[in-house]
Amino acid sequence: MANEPAIEIRDLRKRFGSLEVLKGISLTAGQGDIVAIIGGSGSGKSTLLRCINLLERPTSGEVAIQGETYRMRASRHGDLEIADRRQVQRIRAHLGMVFQNFNLWPHRTVLENVIEVPIHVLGMKRDEAVHRAEKLLDRVGLGSKQSMYPGFMSGGQQQRAAIARVLAVDPLAMLFDEPTSALDPELVGEVLSVIRDLAAEQRTMMLVTHEMAFARDVASHVVFLREGVIEEQGPPEQIFGDPRSPHLKQFISSVA
Amino acid sequence: MSEPHSLASLVRPSRTSPITKLSGLLEPHRLILLALFIAGLVAAILLMDWSWLPRYLPKLWEGLQITLIMLFSSVVVGFLFALPLGLAQVSGVWPLRWLATGFCTVIRGTPLLLQLWLFYFGLGALFGQFPEIRDSWAWDYLRQAWPYGFIALTVSFAAYQGEIMRGAFAGVPHGELEAAEAFGMSRLKVFTRVWFPRALHRALPTLTGEIILQLKSTPLVATITVMDLYAVITQVRQTTYLTYEPLLFLVAVYLCLSGILIVGLRWLENRVPH
Repeated sequence: MANEPAIEIRDLRKRFGSLEVLKGISLTAGQGDIVAIIGGSGSGKSTLLRCINLLERPTSGEVAIQGETYRMRASRHGDLEIADRRQVQRIRAHLGMVFQNFNLWPHRTVLENVIEVPIHVLGMKRDEAVHRAEKLLDRVGLGSKQSMYPGFMSGGQQQRAAIARVLAVDPLAMLFDEPTSALDPELVGEVLSVIRDLAAEQRTMMLVTHEMAFARDVASHVVFLREGVIEEQGPPEQIFGDPRSPHLKQFISSVA
Repeated sequence: MSEPHSLASLVRPSRTSPITKLSGLLEPHRLILLALFIAGLVAAILLMDWSWLPRYLPKLWEGLQITLIMLFSSVVVGFLFALPLGLAQVSGVWPLRWLATGFCTVIRGTPLLLQLWLFYFGLGALFGQFPEIRDSWAWDYLRQAWPYGFIALTVSFAAYQGEIMRGAFAGVPHGELEAAEAFGMSRLKVFTRVWFPRALHRALPTLTGEIILQLKSTPLVATITVMDLYAVITQVRQTTYLTYEPLLFLVAVYLCLSGILIVGLRWLENRVPH
């Protein structure tokens, strides 16, 4: 199982009503790969990421996490629906997603947010979960803020807490959906440095981001999405240094 | 989403020390009003006819118990029904959604008194027509008045709280539920760990207000011969021909009950993290 790619996407298509957002995407992320997905708005980046943990159900195509393909069946509406709920829940418990809007649970303290999934989904004992959570919060720089409620924290602090929440499940891959897009510019740096630290640990990560400099720095593989297809992909030196497609050239110059 | 600290402090009154509060009482116009109130209270106690009170005390105590039982039982059971009513309107399949919306609309759109009478005089008389019902164990209860009072109050509370919970469930930000789902929580877990607690916290101030309002609805059961406090006072008025004393007594008791409920429920609200 360790040789299986962490995430494998095979000919993924997704339509919302009459709008086709993903038009046949195939992508593989090996163990330890850090994949950055870039592209303009409406290119389907977030939809692609959300198909990996089935927050969006594809219209057709397959997604496999560490060799295990999600079992889907045809739904009445012409797309796919989850055939095996338990399988999806089991796989999701070992993925983790960092959302653009943090999505911490405001009725729980930061510490309680981080121990919630280990205790209630993974069945960890409370003492062990708290111990691990304290270490993780220390690691992301929130050691002194454990008993604060998310509503009283800055965006950067909330996002770092959200990252700690994902780390608490020891994920086999981490998914980042524009993690810094909702942050004030001064706070972007603190979150990026945490992600950079994680990247150095050879964790498998898939990031949708607008931070080009960061993507260039940290990613092992960059994917440029345009209008629902992968227009170009490759190592960051090639994508940013020697872009081949004219659209990609235009995109980089407009964002740089 | 985070609320800035300052907004919360606008809504909640600032914490003044008891000394400052008491000294606020010492201003001239407040002293005069306080003196008038005490004078009025003393006059009421000394000059009015309270001779009936000791004689009727046991009956009044029983009546109070009935009032409280009607209140708390209808609130608890009504709330339990309010949850599926609210949930069905937010995320149910369309037949359930239709039924729940229809139920809440009809009950909230008609007077409680009317519902009470339809249950007691309508259903109550109807049940008596069927020998199968008369011979069953249920007849012991169905020929008394209090089950109909309980049912009407419960149905009414459930409909109003169902509407409130609908708004509360719909208002929990979708992202929080999505995050719970994304971490592998089953739908039941998402409900018990995130959706329901968040909806409850949002609705709690409104819910506590509704409980206090329910207290004001309980006297209506007196119209279907349930001997609550109001019914006992009516009896007192009829036998003693006194008007003000019994009614003032009723006012005082309801004020005290409301006060206790308000204080108790506010304490409960403050214990809940938000």
